[in-house]
Amino acid sequence: MDLNQFLLPLIGGAIIGFSASLLLLMNGRIFGISGILGGALIPSKGDAAWRFAALAGFLAAGFLLTLIYPEALAVKAEGTVWRYVAAGVLVGFGTQLGSGCTSGHGVCGISRLSPRSIAATLTFMTAGAATVALMRVFGGAL
Amino acid sequence: MKLILSAFFSALVFGVGLGIAGMTLPTKVIGFLDVTGAWDPSLAFVMIGAIAVHGVSYRLIMRRSSPVLTPKFFIPSRRDLDAKLLLGALIFGIGWGLGGFCPGPAIVASVSGHASVLIFVASMVAGIYVHAGFMKFLNSKQG
Repeated sequence: MDLNQFLLPLIGGAIIGFSASLLLLMNGRIFGISGILGGALIPSKGDAAWRFAALAGFLAAGFLLTLIYPEALAVKAEGTVWRYVAAGVLVGFGTQLGSGCTSGHGVCGISRLSPRSIAATLTFMTAGAATVALMRVFGGAL
Repeated sequence: MKLILSAFFSALVFGVGLGIAGMTLPTKVIGFLDVTGAWDPSLAFVMIGAIAVHGVSYRLIMRRSSPVLTPKFFIPSRRDLDAKLLLGALIFGIGWGLGGFCPGPAIVASVSGHASVLIFVASMVAGIYVHAGFMKFLNSKQG
């Protein structure tokens, strides 16, 4: 494993940790993306504007990356349309039922040593790894 | 207005971090989850970097009595494990392994216009509404 292979993830991770700290310090909010998205799609009164601003920030990040680091958006995907339909529905439903995703549970929750977030992260990591292993064997058609 | 600007700017920085980290590439994510095959452990360093920074700064920030722009912190207080949490995480993990996208990276990568990520994001939005409908149905059953 050469240096860049873990240096870029480490730097990217540190930037993620910094931005989550920024939102907590300024807005007092946990940087949970599935929560931000869920609250934007099904808004409660007076609580939607900052969520839409955050979603716009993500899109702006995508545009900025195409300028400064286009490799990050060189998406290659295997499989059929139905794989991505199923993946999207499961991720949307699961993150709302489980109150969080990789950011809210995986980064913010583990940083505060929340037992719920530690349990959720272990569960979705294990489920993800098991799914990839099963797709290797049975996933040819999907 | 300041709350909106700081949310925008935090997400901009977060999204660039996701891109630099490699999280926006589903093939990379699936390589990280492929522990029984050609495992690529590099994305573990994303969590290490993020938790190292946020784990320390969280504690420093929480010494304040309030955030800078608003009167109070919004921090989840529950510590109990319940079926919804674990079932939700299980379902999310299956979807994550299937497509290689989790919510944030998918939104950032949607700018690429690649069909897989656009289909994923549209389906994720649908999944969120299905969940809202499902909870409404459950609540009405319970009276």
